[in-house]
Amino acid sequence: MSASVEPGHPAPPNGEAIIAQLKEAGVGVIVSVPDIVTSDGLLWPISKDPDFQLIRVCKEDEGVSICAALSYSSTRALLLMQQTGLMDSLNAIRAIAMDYRQPVCMMVGLQGKTPDETIFGSASYGVRIIPPILDAMALTHVGIETDTDTPRIGPAINNAYETSDALCFLIGQSPVWTGGRA
Amino acid sequence: MIRRDFALCALRGLIKPRDLVVAVYQSCFDWLALCPRDLNYVSTGAMGQASSHALGLAIGSPDRQVIVLDGDGSLLMNLGSLVTIATVRPQHFLHLVFENGVYEVNGEHPTPGAGKVDFAAMAIAAGYQRAVCFSELGAFEAALSELLAADGPVMAVLKIIPGVAYPRDYAYIHSEETREKFRAALNRIDG
Repeated sequence: MSASVEPGHPAPPNGEAIIAQLKEAGVGVIVSVPDIVTSDGLLWPISKDPDFQLIRVCKEDEGVSICAALSYSSTRALLLMQQTGLMDSLNAIRAIAMDYRQPVCMMVGLQGKTPDETIFGSASYGVRIIPPILDAMALTHVGIETDTDTPRIGPAINNAYETSDALCFLIGQSPVWTGGRA
Repeated sequence: MIRRDFALCALRGLIKPRDLVVAVYQSCFDWLALCPRDLNYVSTGAMGQASSHALGLAIGSPDRQVIVLDGDGSLLMNLGSLVTIATVRPQHFLHLVFENGVYEVNGEHPTPGAGKVDFAAMAIAAGYQRAVCFSELGAFEAALSELLAADGPVMAVLKIIPGVAYPRDYAYIHSEETREKFRAALNRIDG
């Protein structure tokens, strides 16, 4: 599925490019609760991609544990969810990712943020509070707003696993999918 | 009712060196005293998460037997994991639920639905391959080998009373050293 770019708005990230970054970083398992921001541009394509094992969980904190446990066998994973799921999982993230210092990598769609606003300038309270919460937890976060941000994904994941640190990507615009295969 | 330490002793007799045991709360402390081994996974972090950690281990090491020593209060916090586990369908996955109807390490307050909730029925409804409930030690001992060999995921609910009270060493289960010991054992070539 493709999406048009509205005049005046920065170009959204490209789903194929994000998936290519995940593959380059050796991510083989995606754990997810569906998120409307990343549904068409990431989760549906991932669900059809034989290079990924997709684990659909009922609740996002399950995914925190699954990703952490997979790291013991050097299996790289990504937890794909919405910021509502991130908020619901904060205690699991606090304990399993942060207290235990384990490489739990998360990709979070910011539902309610419009393309023409920044995260901090968002009209949505649920969007604005995410970076300060992650900062308070000392959880590294990387904004993915446009296609120029996507090359940061692979190196950030590699670093997370090399240093055994948690990581959270914040997806500020729905990734577009042009129909190709990463 | 089954004494928990007796049930764990029965399990200890059938544990193989490569098996992964995920344990929580008092079952964990008892297990660590009765069967200390590097492949005990005890850093589950947040209450209710044992079954999800176990699923991650099972996905990462599909040839190994994974055994979860869960509690009824803990499982109530993560009932959705039953559906997730049944959907992934790990083949060597035995989920033991020690049911005593109370939050034992948090003041022994009753769990919601204590004595009424049917965890085995929930597991079957979620899609587990098999689920059984035991209230007598002999019946559990007689069935355990077969449960370990059965196609998973399998649940066994044990109606328990406490046995010997083994010390609660929280510092050990949360320590980095414990996690590194597990990681090293898991990645040993013949580990």
